[in-house]
This record gives sequence, C-alpha cells and structure tokens, in this order.
Amino acid sequence: MQELKNQFKNFDLHKKPRIGEDAIQGLLFIAGILSIFTTLAIVYELGKEAWLFFGDPEVTLAKFFGTTRWQPGIGQFGIWSLVTSTLITSFIAMLISLPLGLASALFLSEYASLRARSILKPILEVLAGIPTVVYGYFALLFVTPILKNIFGDVVQVYNMASAGLVMGIMILPLISSMSEDALSAVPRALREGAYAMGATKFETSIQVVLPAALSGIGAALIIGISRAVGETMIVAVAAGAGPNFTFDPFQAAETMTGHIARISGGDLSYNTIDYTSLFAIALMLFLVTLVLNLISQQVVSRFRERYE
Amino acid sequence: MNPTHNHFPEGPSFRSTLNTRYRVASVWQALFFSALLIAIISLTALIYDVVDGAFGYVAYDYKKDPATFTSTPLEDLTKEELLTTLQANLSSGAYNKLNNEKAMETRLRGELYTLFLERLIQLDIKKTWSFTESIMRAGAIRTEAAEKYPDAKLEFRSWLTPQFLTSPMSSKAEFAGVRTAILGSLWLVGIALLFALPLGTGAAIYLQEYAPKNWLTGIIQMNINNLAGVPSIVYGMLGLAIFVRVLAPLTSGSMFGVTDTNGRTVLSAGLTMGILILPLIIINAQEAIKAVPDSLRQAAYGVGATKWQTVWHHILPNSIAGILTGSILALSRALGETAPLIVVGASTFISVDPRGPFSKFTALPIQIYQWTTRAQSEFHAIAAGAIIVLLVLLLTLNATAILLRNRFQRKY
Repeated sequence: MQELKNQFKNFDLHKKPRIGEDAIQGLLFIAGILSIFTTLAIVYELGKEAWLFFGDPEVTLAKFFGTTRWQPGIGQFGIWSLVTSTLITSFIAMLISLPLGLASALFLSEYASLRARSILKPILEVLAGIPTVVYGYFALLFVTPILKNIFGDVVQVYNMASAGLVMGIMILPLISSMSEDALSAVPRALREGAYAMGATKFETSIQVVLPAALSGIGAALIIGISRAVGETMIVAVAAGAGPNFTFDPFQAAETMTGHIARISGGDLSYNTIDYTSLFAIALMLFLVTLVLNLISQQVVSRFRERYE
Repeated sequence: MNPTHNHFPEGPSFRSTLNTRYRVASVWQALFFSALLIAIISLTALIYDVVDGAFGYVAYDYKKDPATFTSTPLEDLTKEELLTTLQANLSSGAYNKLNNEKAMETRLRGELYTLFLERLIQLDIKKTWSFTESIMRAGAIRTEAAEKYPDAKLEFRSWLTPQFLTSPMSSKAEFAGVRTAILGSLWLVGIALLFALPLGTGAAIYLQEYAPKNWLTGIIQMNINNLAGVPSIVYGMLGLAIFVRVLAPLTSGSMFGVTDTNGRTVLSAGLTMGILILPLIIINAQEAIKAVPDSLRQAAYGVGATKWQTVWHHILPNSIAGILTGSILALSRALGETAPLIVVGASTFISVDPRGPFSKFTALPIQIYQWTTRAQSEFHAIAAGAIIVLLVLLLTLNATAILLRNRFQRKY
C-alpha cells in the first residue's frame, strides 16, 4: 500500500500554466469582442457627426421634424420629404412580398412534395442572391416602361412604385424562407389533430398551422420591413434623384438611403453641413433597423421557447 | 336541423358543405402556388431583360471618312500601319498621354484598332435596339435606320465580347470595357477575405469552444446577429468616417511613401467590405463548428489534448469545408454590394488598373450602376453586358460553394 502511495506522489494533478494556450485564448477573445467595437464605432461615428449636424445653429428640431423640404446646402432641413418616400417604397414592397412570401411559404411547407420543393426552393434562393443593383436595372428598364404602358403619362421615368414593386420581389425570398421555417416548426401533432377532426388541408393550414406560426411570421415581416427601409440601390437607380414631398407613388422621390448614395457619390468635403447631414440620416436608419431587428429577435426567441 | 355556428354539421348538411369546402381548398392551393409562379416569372423576366439588353441591332456612322487616314480597307490594317496612322494624326499631347498609360508599341492590334475607331474616324452610335426588337422587327428597323440615318451602317452586335472583358473604361459606350472593374472587384473581395476570414473564424471558435455562458457572451452573440441586419449603406458611412477619413495616413499609403492618393482607395473599400461580411462569416462558421459532434472533443480531451490542440487538430479540420463554404457565400455578397462602395468613394471614371492596395478603384456593380443611370441606350446595353459578367462570376462562386459542401460534407 505504502509503495503504491509513493508511486502516485510524483503526479501533480493541478492544472499546469500554459502560456501558449492562454495567448491563443486571448487572441480568439479579441476576435470575438471585435464585433462589439464595430457597433460602438458605428454609434460613435454616426452619433458624433449627427451631433455636429444638430449642433448647427441653423438646424432646429422644429425645422427637422416640422418642415417638408430637404436641402441642407440652402438651409432647408425638413426630413419628411425623405422619410415619406422611404415609407412609401417600403410599404409597396411589403404589400408585394408579405402575401406572396407567405403564400409561397404555405405552399412549400404544407403542400409541396419533396421533389417539387427541391425544384422550387433553389429558384427562390437564386432570386435572393441577385445583387440589388441588378434589381435596380430591372426596375428602371423593365418595370417602369410596363407601368408607363398601363397607367400612361402619370408615371414618371423615375418613380417610387416601380422601385417598391421590385423591392417587394427582392424581399419575397426572405419572407418566404423565414415564414417556412416558422411553419415547419409547428409540431406535426397539431396537423394530425386537425385532420382527425375532418378538416381539409387548407383548413388545417389556415386555422391551425398558421396561427401557431404567427409569431415567426411576424418576425419575418419585421425583418422584411427593416430590409426595405435599408435597401439602397433599387431606390437609388429607379426611385428618383431629388427629395420630393409627395404621396403619389408614380412620382419621383428620393429615399433616405438614395439620398445618402447620391450625395456621397459626388465630391463631398468634410465638415460641411451636407456631410454631417448624411450621418444624421444614417444614424436614423441605423436606429430604426436596429430596433426592428431587436424586436424580431425577441419575437423569434419567444416563439422557439414554446415548442422546443 | 339547422347547423348553428357552434354545432358541427352532420348527415346530409355535412355532405352538402363538403364539396364547397373541397372547392375552396383547391382554389386556395392554386393561389398559394401562383405566388411561387410569380416569383419564377419575375426571375425569368429579370434574366430576359438583361439578355435582351446585351444583344441587338445598332446603327452607327463615322464622323470622319476612313479614306482620309488610310487607303487600305479597315479590316486589313496591320498593327504597324495603325501605329503610324495614329502617330501621324493624333496631336502629340494626346499621343504622349496614351503612351504614358501604356506604351503604344506593347499594345495589341485590337487595342490600336479601337483607338483608331475611337479617336480618328470617331465611330458614333446613332441608335440601339434590343434583342427582341431586332428579331421581331428586323425589317422595320432596317427601313427606320435607312430613313433616319442614311449614312449610318446597321449591324447586329453583341455588347458582351472578349474585347468588352479586356478593355478599360471609356467615355464612349462602344469602346468601354470592364477590365478595370473586374480587377477592382477582385482586389476588393481579396482584401475583404484576408481581413474577415481569420477574424471571423477566430470569433466563431471563441464563441463555440471557449466562451463561458455569461452575459458578455450573450451580448456578443446578439450583437453579431444585429450587425448582420444593419443596412449596407451604414457600413459605407462607417468606412467613410473611419477608413477614408480617420485612418487616411494608413489607407492612402502616405505612411508608406505613396503620395498621389487620398483615403478613397481600394484598401479602404476592401476593409469596409470586410467589416460588412464579418458577421456573416462568423454566423456561418459557428454553424459549421456546431456540426462537429461532441464525441470528437471528448475523445481528444480523453487522450490528454489541450483545448487548442483539440480545436486545431480535430475541430477545425472537421469544420473547414463548412467554414469555407460560408465564406464563399459571404464573398458573393461582397461581390454584388454597391452602396458602401459609392459612399466610400469608388472612382466614377478610371481607366488605369488597380496596381496595389493604395490605388483608386472601381468595381463591377459600380460600373453597372453608373451605366444604368446614363440616359443613352448604348450605356444600358453595356450595363446589361456587365450584369451578365457579374452574374456569371456569382454563379461560379456559388457553384464552387455547393461543390465544396457536397464534396467535404461529413455525416456523423
């Protein structure tokens, strides 16, 4: 016995300090925490310039939120002309993408055979992978002429309707795949129960599966809106170049993102009101999309808890 | 018995409602499917629209008669003849400028011929027609061209030619090409990948293998998910503020003795793209690492491996295919991104290839944007050509990703 004890005496079971391991862990930690700095940098830089913008004695909140003409160069600071066009294009986009995305998700998750799915799903994925500038080309040179043919000369060359419609097609795959995830997460037992009661497939889908997946679909809707608000190239190409306070979708009007793209594309000198105003707009965009994304994440995590 | 709202119909009344219910169901099923049909039609229309724009009839004439410069037919001109004609007829300032961009003697015959058409006889496009028009109304187009532009030649032209791929930018649509833009795009995604792949993989390893389950990890994870949803133009503003302005000494290369640029370089744009795709790479890499079964980790620890040895020898080799697939998908996102490049300051007109990280640059999507927003239809035609080039590049990247996934995907 004593012999055995002596034999194990030399074993040290304490964790040895390993400098290499610790250094690697430190580096990996830095890589992980870097994303936090990205967010902080966005908030700091956008906030700093936006602060300079609002600190300008000419800019008042009353002017910013109370007037409708935006041209910082000559002292007009009414943000509404940019906000309304952003809302109108996003609204048209959601009007297209929500019903179509939801319907295609219902078809893919409730009706389609495996074979049909394997053909249909990649088409949506291709649609999701097309660069937005290509959608811009499509809106300006395909959809706008068609709108002009249908509605006549009330449709301007650059108009919000065409940009909104194409944006809807762009967002459709996103809504569809998020909704489909939500629908497939509904337990099979719920469907079997409905069938056992004699419900048709359609009644099961609409009255049982859809309500059970509603929060996930809501999350898809919110993410879709956030995408539409932040989308730049389609509106920059097709919606118009110049702020315009109007509610007529066939008129040209520049959105917040389109305005940033156009102004920053020129030779922009630092420390001018034009420069700082762009950061104020970008800060608004960032905050709006951040809040929308956070809400959507919250909705999704609640909905997951219910079924897993 | 009247079926009320709360009672389930029975017997004959049940059977009478049954057919209606089935009919409603099948109508809705058709409606659901038509949503997918609309998606398919849109995709087809988009591709048709692009192809339609990239080919078709074009009417053009020469501002100056070729006979004033040379007696040989245009097609038979040799490289030497072209060189001497150019030298004789261009002003010495213009010739020297061209010579400085690229020595004239080293240029190929095709390049010299293009210069001949562009600078001397000044080929001038009168009108272009789309592919469908050219096929359906070929006769009408011929008469229209003969009436309106009696001196013009009519020719069926593909705007997507080998020359289009190898020519630099030009202010005339018929001579413009995408070489500068393709090289710019390659530099961009290269820099973005060099920046984002190691950092993204490192972050994913930290989050999956090392991070303790505490509030900090939770915040990092939530933050990454949120960053993936930030509009790309906001990243552009970040790049403008940080890389172009604050880090100008570094990104313009003035720290390293480069003097002729400002911060609006391909390095600034590449780093901005890197920040943009970082969250995507992290999320994809996390998924790949998650798929490595726990038994591998336990076995490694069981034989006394340290944490890093386990990661380096077992987890990374088993997830590298997934990580690379995710990175390729992120790259294809970067390749098509336009908005941040506009904000960071892609050059609107540049005909010199990017030579290093401190060069000014343009990129494929930027060219597409600029050509699309021009009023003349010949620019729309080359925009369509550039879109085809971009889509083919993206398709190649995605196909590589799928092949990689199928080839190396392991099932446990």
